[in-house]
Amino acid sequence: MTAWLTDPWQHTFMQNAFIAITLVGIICGAMGVFVTLRGLAFLGDALAHAIFPGVVIAFILGGNFLVGAIIAAIIVSLGIGAISQSGRINNDTAVGVLFVGAFSLGIALMSTQSGYVRDLNAFLFGSILGVTRSDLTLTVAVGMIVLAVLLLFRRELTMISFDRTFSKSNGLNLWLYDQLFLVLLAMAIVISLQTVGNILVLAMLVTPAATARLLTNDLRKMVVLSCLTGSLAGVAGLYLSYHQGVPSGAAVVLVSTTIFAIVFLFEPRTGAISNRVLRRLHHPHPEKDDFPASRPAA
Amino acid sequence: MVIPGPHQQDRKPLLTARELSVHYEERSALRDITLDIYPGRTVSLLGPNGAGKSTLLKVFAGMIPPSHGSVELAGTPLSGAHESVTYVPQRTGADWTFPISVLEATLLGLSRSRPRWRPFSRRDRDQAIQALQEVKMDHLSAAQIGALSGGQQQRVFLARALLACGRVLLLDEPFTGVDIPTQEMLVELFERLSNEGTAVVYATHDLQQAASTSDEVILLNGQIVARGSPAEVMSEKILRTTFGGQVIVVHASNTSAPVPDEALI
Ligand SMILES: Nc1ncnc2c1ncn2[C@@H]1O[C@H](COP(=O)(O)OP(=O)(O)OP(=O)(O)O)[C@@H](O)[C@H]1O
Ligand SMILES: [Mg+2]
Repeated sequence: MTAWLTDPWQHTFMQNAFIAITLVGIICGAMGVFVTLRGLAFLGDALAHAIFPGVVIAFILGGNFLVGAIIAAIIVSLGIGAISQSGRINNDTAVGVLFVGAFSLGIALMSTQSGYVRDLNAFLFGSILGVTRSDLTLTVAVGMIVLAVLLLFRRELTMISFDRTFSKSNGLNLWLYDQLFLVLLAMAIVISLQTVGNILVLAMLVTPAATARLLTNDLRKMVVLSCLTGSLAGVAGLYLSYHQGVPSGAAVVLVSTTIFAIVFLFEPRTGAISNRVLRRLHHPHPEKDDFPASRPAA
Repeated sequence: MVIPGPHQQDRKPLLTARELSVHYEERSALRDITLDIYPGRTVSLLGPNGAGKSTLLKVFAGMIPPSHGSVELAGTPLSGAHESVTYVPQRTGADWTFPISVLEATLLGLSRSRPRWRPFSRRDRDQAIQALQEVKMDHLSAAQIGALSGGQQQRVFLARALLACGRVLLLDEPFTGVDIPTQEMLVELFERLSNEGTAVVYATHDLQQAASTSDEVILLNGQIVARGSPAEVMSEKILRTTFGGQVIVVHASNTSAPVPDEALI
């Protein structure tokens, strides 16, 4: 058992991967709170796909793929903002148009390259083998920037998520903060690519935040819990990936989903099963109650 | 310190609209609005649905730019939202499922004036509680915002506005959808703010309320139909030209103004 836990740490690439996934869990956990509260899961998924051409171009030019992805992400997020700014086209549609366009560009560019299949697989599903020291440095740097900005603008981001009319009348530039949010989101996605992969990064944004939402009604606690479950699932997933040879992204997401399922079913107050059990304890014969849930407390 | 009385016309205007017009796309919502709003005065905006009451308040709040003309705050042109002008909308775009307590939601009213690297202080919290006390919502300060009734939510947003409140408070139909004690609370609140020199501008459909709770009434219908003290404006003839339908004017014994029957609009 101890060996199971300590073995992976003997390899430098695993040490790098552990540090990276912990950071990814924290960053995506925090960003994910705002993504889920604002119902922007589609945007998160789209952004992840839309940075594909940046990765391919970086590969062709022999540059660092994180840098290519960040540049592509920023271009796409500004593009989404610009299109939805026109007023006639709603946000979701703008996201849809750009996302497939950019992803197709990536596929077209990729098809001109040979021997890219293995790298593509890593890009799509994550690979723990891939995290080099320089990747890790970049990941940490980008992650720290995202966290710092998030912390500094927490009130503004809360306000634009909670009450946009009030934010506007309070003098907040909604467009600017939406744009800031998009860029932060893009950066969070980009640093998740290596360990979690493009297809599954959405899960890092949505699942821990959803789990946290089930557990609390307090925004601050929700952020903390989301970061905790995200990084916990990340570390546990990496062990699974290392020992079972499962792609790291899939392993991390499976753990994360399992945590969500457990909380969903057994959370004391809202859990689907625990709720029933509790109700059964208090009302041994629920079938005799017409509307037990809507009955006012005695 | 001289506390300005509610009827000091000779003071400098706080908010000025000059030849203001607003078009939405092609349609005109407001034409040629010129008016002054003085500190310490409570002004009500009356008019039928679509008269442009909300539009005028939004222009004052800096939410929409005027198509023509200008708005000035104490002599300086206003472009966009200003910290001295607080706006409580008719319908907020708030997300009621958002995980935030009544106290936290109220504290957001302070967020613009507090340093971003520090959490809210003890004093900030006390101030928020005080604002909640004023709207009689302090007993629910720990509740989730989504767990409140519609009228209670309205009161919390009023408390939030009070925290941010500068020299002008704009309210869009604050008397709509709230119970009698809350209406009385609003009247008291307007009185206090007036005495402190705040200009209160609110839209309403309640003629009786407007007659009893404002120093000045502005009748709107795309443009200014009439302006003046409740007694001056609320004549049967003027009301009829504004609202079209039958208006029965009843003279209430406790006010000098003829008070129209409230159930007409
Ligand atoms: N966002 C908008 N886009 C286009 N037209 C609008 C918009 N908002 C308001 N209008 C138009 O402007 C006019 C004035 O609307 P406004 O909301 O200011 O009226 P109001 O006096 O507040 O009415 P109510 O009593 O129903 O609240 C109406 O004719 C309305 O159709
Ligand atoms: Mg209105």
